[in-house]
Amino acid sequence: MIYEVFRQERKGQALQHAGSVEAPDDHFADVYAREQYGRRGESTALWVVPRDAVIEIDEFVDELNRNYHRVDGYPLKQKLKEARERAGTAAPAGDR
Amino acid sequence: MTQREQEFLEYVQSGGQVETTDWLPEDYRAKLIKFIEMHGNSELMGVLPEREWILRAPTLQRKLALTAKVQDEVGHSQLIYRVVEDLGKPREHCLDDLISGKAKFHNVFHYPTKTWGDVGVIAWLVDAAAIISQKALLKCSYAPYARIMKKICWEESFHILHGRDVILTLMNGTDDQRALVQEALDRWWGPLMQFHGNPIAKDEDPMYVWRIKSQGNEEARQQFLDGYVPQIWELGLTVPDPKLRKNDDGVWEYSEPDWDELRSVVTGHGPKSQDRLDLRRKARENSAWVRKVVLAQAA
Repeated sequence: MIYEVFRQERKGQALQHAGSVEAPDDHFADVYAREQYGRRGESTALWVVPRDAVIEIDEFVDELNRNYHRVDGYPLKQKLKEARERAGTAAPAGDR
Repeated sequence: MTQREQEFLEYVQSGGQVETTDWLPEDYRAKLIKFIEMHGNSELMGVLPEREWILRAPTLQRKLALTAKVQDEVGHSQLIYRVVEDLGKPREHCLDDLISGKAKFHNVFHYPTKTWGDVGVIAWLVDAAAIISQKALLKCSYAPYARIMKKICWEESFHILHGRDVILTLMNGTDDQRALVQEALDRWWGPLMQFHGNPIAKDEDPMYVWRIKSQGNEEARQQFLDGYVPQIWELGLTVPDPKLRKNDDGVWEYSEPDWDELRSVVTGHGPKSQDRLDLRRKARENSAWVRKVVLAQAA
């Protein structure tokens, strides 16, 4: 069985994917992961997860075009320019 | 090349990385397996020259450090074979191909380790040459390989430290000890200069084209010379190449490495190739019962 190994380098940091180990059961996966990813004190924590247990999502279809969730839903540049012009506060060219 | 393959190629050439579950062109997958498998083989075979010196190490501290290094390298081969397995070639097949002589491993592991000076030169300079290649793999287009390389490079830096410490201790010792280091360096220089391979233009190197490697062979060798020749010289050691010098443009000039020797050595005709493969074969046979017990117990 394949287990994915996630490793935390220092307390407070995110656990990042480090690699994988092949082991016949959870007990051996624990032993192998410690041996291969923690022997030299390079990890403060490991998550060892059976690969089959990982739900992978890699498509993010935005069917309803909900751009208010994203930065590109707020095109401020043009509007700001207009607003400044209207208020008479537009900076002279070269001073921006 | 199909359009899909062409797009993939452009993607990796612009710095893109891919994962195990992504679609990969067959040629790319085959090149990855070949390259990564050879790396795994080299880590595994690389412990054999050094392990000979564990029992003969001069102090307990050195014995422990050397044992830890050997353990690291075997650990690297385990990490690397795991990546190869995910690409479709099981570890058992890799080991079959290794011991039958079908698959290759790095040139430097086909030579004898005659003295304790060799142990220092290997840990310092062979590992330095290796870390230059491996650092260039941190940007590998195949992300799972790049990720484990991060850990491997970090451990290799320990080995260089250990090797340098061995060498410095010898150089601060007696004339005999200094002569021991010089003699080892004389023997290892040729293989070290061959290590990064012939100076094929990187755009003609398929491993670079697919961005498995991120630098050309000659680039790696120049980096090695630039980083380590001054360190060798400052200890009063002589590099056994009268042509070696750094030109005004910053490029190192050197005698043409013996490419015939490289070809012959990596195809299994090195001075220790067959002995080491025999040992690997025997080790695998002797440990077969352990694997059987472990799997039976877990079942």
